[in-house]
Amino acid sequence: MGMTITEKILAAHCGQREVHPGDLIQAKVDIALGNDVTAPIAISEFKKAGGKKVFDKNKVVLVPDHFTPCKDIKSAEQVKILREFAKEQKLKYYFEVGQMGVEHALLPEQGIVLSGQLIIGADSHTCTYGALGAFSTGVGSTDLAAAMITGECWFKVPEAMKFIYNGKLPKWVGGKDLILYTIGDIGVDGALYRSMEFAGDTISALPMSDRFSMCNMAIEAGGKNGIIAPDDTTIKYVEKVAKEPYDTYESDKDAKYVETKEYDVSKLEPMVAFPHLPSNVKPISKVGNVLIDQVVIGSCTNGRIEDLRLAAQVIKGKKVHKYIRLIVIPATQQIWQEAMDEGLFKIFMDAGAAISTPTCGPCLGGHMGILAKGERAVATTNRNFVGRMGDPGSEVYLSNPAVAAASAVLGKIASPEEL
Amino acid sequence: MKLKGKVWKFKDNINTDEIIPARYLNTFDEQELAKHCMEDADKDFPKKVKRGDIIVAGKNFGCGSSREHAPICLKGAGISCVIAETFARIFYRNAINIGLPILESAEASKDIKEGDTIEVDLDNGKIKNTTQNKIYTAQAFPEFMQELINAGGLMEYVKKKT
Repeated sequence: MGMTITEKILAAHCGQREVHPGDLIQAKVDIALGNDVTAPIAISEFKKAGGKKVFDKNKVVLVPDHFTPCKDIKSAEQVKILREFAKEQKLKYYFEVGQMGVEHALLPEQGIVLSGQLIIGADSHTCTYGALGAFSTGVGSTDLAAAMITGECWFKVPEAMKFIYNGKLPKWVGGKDLILYTIGDIGVDGALYRSMEFAGDTISALPMSDRFSMCNMAIEAGGKNGIIAPDDTTIKYVEKVAKEPYDTYESDKDAKYVETKEYDVSKLEPMVAFPHLPSNVKPISKVGNVLIDQVVIGSCTNGRIEDLRLAAQVIKGKKVHKYIRLIVIPATQQIWQEAMDEGLFKIFMDAGAAISTPTCGPCLGGHMGILAKGERAVATTNRNFVGRMGDPGSEVYLSNPAVAAASAVLGKIASPEEL
Repeated sequence: MKLKGKVWKFKDNINTDEIIPARYLNTFDEQELAKHCMEDADKDFPKKVKRGDIIVAGKNFGCGSSREHAPICLKGAGISCVIAETFARIFYRNAINIGLPILESAEASKDIKEGDTIEVDLDNGKIKNTTQNKIYTAQAFPEFMQELINAGGLMEYVKKKT
């Protein structure tokens, strides 16, 4: 029987010719990632278990990105644990503020994660790297601790769901809208414990940035991983950054899926997820009059250069509404540099936006844009749970960068067409 | 192992931001985290919860982030067990890895009411509702996970193997 791309990667990493959904396997990991929230627990568990040396100093990656630049003393203490561990273990990949970026934008950009790899990260959005045709999934801190010692992690081989998208996307509609639409269709547990494979003409035409946005939010449907088979677009991206060889896999024609969904997206509108679940989506034409207080453009979902270009295109020559805070957060230093060199910052500055150094910051209600009770934000981030960006009485609406930029100008959730 | 406790009931899709809001993630101290346990789902919960109490929830409990702080704070607050119709997968792994007992049962999730007293037998997955005088059966753990649990969590299991 044929295998899916996910099954092939898992099989290759546990030394078996075939794996089947439900099999419990112990697999080798190519990269194990942690951040300033999750790695301190992992490091503490590593030490408690008598860990002396990580299994490979080139394969354990630490990125302090959540509360950095450190927002308070406690966060500084947490980052210090990472820094000291990175020094002691001579880790190749530790990123200090100034080189740092939001982990899931940073690792692909730096060529640390590649096609065909098996990656675990103590961060739920680790599923982002599936856009490269890798098996990549979020785990907890104790899983990371175990992997730092053994170089392995246990998995239950997931059942697979296939999502096929056909048709040319209308203007202002991109990967973020495709994934929000999909989560709206299947629900926040619609892919629970399962692999989500994205395919079809629409996906083939998507740039890498949009593919990252889609795989990034697989977890928002409960998925174990999101994955897109490598094609010319993937190879072109990976070739530019890869420092070592990599493998490409694709699903067999007779691979088994527990469910296949097919969507015609030629008439899809930009989608907005209303509070308090990413599945609570409406097309922009059905949003109504929702007044807002803040807009955040950034994060591991939509903080890439393509996202900033799109937002800048919408906001160029316009002014941010008098009582709106527009906060733009390029996801990595490299993106920051590119945005500056391309003149995007001038556009944002002229419009009255604030530009931040890379950080996860407001996405998880950490810092750099916390909401007061009753306030509403439009964000290009990935979660709109109760209290996600601040007070439990605040609200988050998720959208693509074009809608976010238009909303900042009009002071309400709006389509760029309304400008 | 047998557990007995009073039930706190929660709805579907309780996410990790409700279990422990990210604003408190600048520490991983169990007791410090426990002070804010379930705060964004029920702000008085940390004051009301007593050692040994049991949470019964709907579908997809623990969805959202990978923060192990979520099962850690529940354990710290004295929650002895969580029963849900289903769990989000990272929360499921984390709970097993740190030794917080969890059970999946659609029947128990629907039938048990807040304030009921229940007895849970982790060895056979039997849940006895002493208030309503009913018995439910939870899904048994796969053998491999039973091994992890018996070893005392993932790190103990790793120590034994290396």
